[in-house]
Amino acid sequence: MAANSDIVTIRNVTKSYRRGSQIVPVLEDISFSIQSGEFLALMGPSGSGKSTLLNLIAGIDKVDSGSIIIGGCEITTLSETELARWRAVNVGFVFQFYNLIPVLTAYENVELPLLLTRLSRRERREHVEAALEIVNLADRMDHRPSQLSGGQQQRVAIARAIVTDPAILVADEPTGDLDRVSAGEILSLMDHLVQDFDKTIIMVTHDPRAAEKAHIIRHLEKGLLTDR
Amino acid sequence: MFMLKYILRNAFRHKLRALLTVTGVAIAILAFGLLRTLVGLWYLGVESSSSTRLVARNAISLVFSLPISYKERIRQIPGVTKAGAMNWFGGIYISEKNFFPNFAIEPQAFLDLYPEFLLSPEEQKGFLLDRQGAVVGQKLANTHGWKLGDRVILKGTIFPGQWEFVIRGIYRGAQRSTDETQFFFNWDYLNESLRRTIPRRADQAGIYIVGVANPEKAAEVAQAIDASFKNSLAETMTETEKAFQLSFVAMTEAIMIAIKIVSYVVIVIIMVVAANTMAMTARERISEYATLKTLGFQWHHIAAAVFGESLFIAILGGIAGIFGTFPAALFIEKELSQFFPTFQVTTTTTVLQLSAAILVGATASIFPTWRAATIRIAVGLRRIG
Repeated sequence: MAANSDIVTIRNVTKSYRRGSQIVPVLEDISFSIQSGEFLALMGPSGSGKSTLLNLIAGIDKVDSGSIIIGGCEITTLSETELARWRAVNVGFVFQFYNLIPVLTAYENVELPLLLTRLSRRERREHVEAALEIVNLADRMDHRPSQLSGGQQQRVAIARAIVTDPAILVADEPTGDLDRVSAGEILSLMDHLVQDFDKTIIMVTHDPRAAEKAHIIRHLEKGLLTDR
Repeated sequence: MFMLKYILRNAFRHKLRALLTVTGVAIAILAFGLLRTLVGLWYLGVESSSSTRLVARNAISLVFSLPISYKERIRQIPGVTKAGAMNWFGGIYISEKNFFPNFAIEPQAFLDLYPEFLLSPEEQKGFLLDRQGAVVGQKLANTHGWKLGDRVILKGTIFPGQWEFVIRGIYRGAQRSTDETQFFFNWDYLNESLRRTIPRRADQAGIYIVGVANPEKAAEVAQAIDASFKNSLAETMTETEKAFQLSFVAMTEAIMIAIKIVSYVVIVIIMVVAANTMAMTARERISEYATLKTLGFQWHHIAAAVFGESLFIAILGGIAGIFGTFPAALFIEKELSQFFPTFQVTTTTTVLQLSAAILVGATASIFPTWRAATIRIAVGLRRIG
């Protein structure tokens, strides 16, 4: 993808949830674009819809109306199976609580997305080692998540997110469970991925210090985009 | 390969829970196996009955006897090779808790008609020559420490008095399923005593064991025997040994049905327990399954993980239960030999046990598998933290 072209285009997206007999609107007529290589922070109070918007962009939830085009692919028209395949190739995920599989080692956790590809065992190993090298955890590849600190676990999660070399990384409160030092390291790592590997990062955060690292900050309030 | 590794590691993630579930399944499968063996044992007499033997009894009831004069008439019927009188003696050795089946039989007919009871030529000769001689099964002899030449006194219940016997033979079964807990003695000894003490009960046979030359013509021979005694004072009812044994089993069929039901109930109970465990396990891992789905894994990958784990635990418990059944059966056979002539676990029982374990694992995983496979990613991820 060419630099500075739109990699994410969101048009008139609405989303609501049903709570009993009530329909609760979460996002209302959201439209914006994200350029390739951008580091965007989505901010807003709890319940403003930022995580929902992130889920829609990542293809793990469905819009009620509107369209989301990512890298030229309109993901809102894809079936569940097609979306699963699309996610495996195009998006890397970083969660607040790392979401590593406890029974797998760091190496095996990072290898997970590659198991869905046609890569050979040797090729997978090369990719995993490279990813762990980038996050500076090559020496901990045989450790299980419980044997790693929070910051290290999040770095493993980032390695898992980048191992398939996706264009986009989505991060939901990636520093929300970390101390200040570890949070700083994670944010630096994410900045490094944008600067040196041309990744596009969309990050949901409450933390203004985390948002400072982003190139662009978007605010959501009560399901509406507000520019400050 | 990954899925296998994931299933194995998940299975032992909560070691205590896994151990308790495996133990629960093992005990249930063991109990199921023992109960099925017990049911099979009930039909052992039927299964080990010979196709070359018929049983002729009084047509009114087994309680009524047949005149000893019938023996020669039965022998003369075409197709009959041998006939021998037999009486249920019902004697007690020391006390009632030492129960074992004991019969008065005609020694030569017995030796000819029951080739499955193995005796040495010396033992056979000793039995034939000694009017007070008795032949006992190896297990019965072991239980009471009897040896050849030992004198044994049975207290008569149907035939009053103290009856003294000399052990002249200790038989072994030709097959493992042959009953080695029986006691046989000379019918003449009983009859001669009765002639002296209760003459009206003498010269009566409880049943006749009849040997037939051709098993395929057993029905015709049986009909011929019954026809011979039609309109006599004691009409006969002749049937194959198998049918005769089945008539005894039928009397206790309600107990057998109850035991069969209990064996299935045991499986249903462990199925519910295993389902609860798997539901709990899947509920705890919902966010993990949602994460895997986020990474691109599809519903069938998740279903395989949950289903595989449930099946693995159930089969592990099943195998432990099956391996436990054999020593348990041996223990029962040894310690309760007076009640169970044999307690052999058959291949059919083992296959049933393994099938039951697989059924437990598969059934227990249905709901958790469906729930884990169909969970919406956004909902599953919200469970985090």
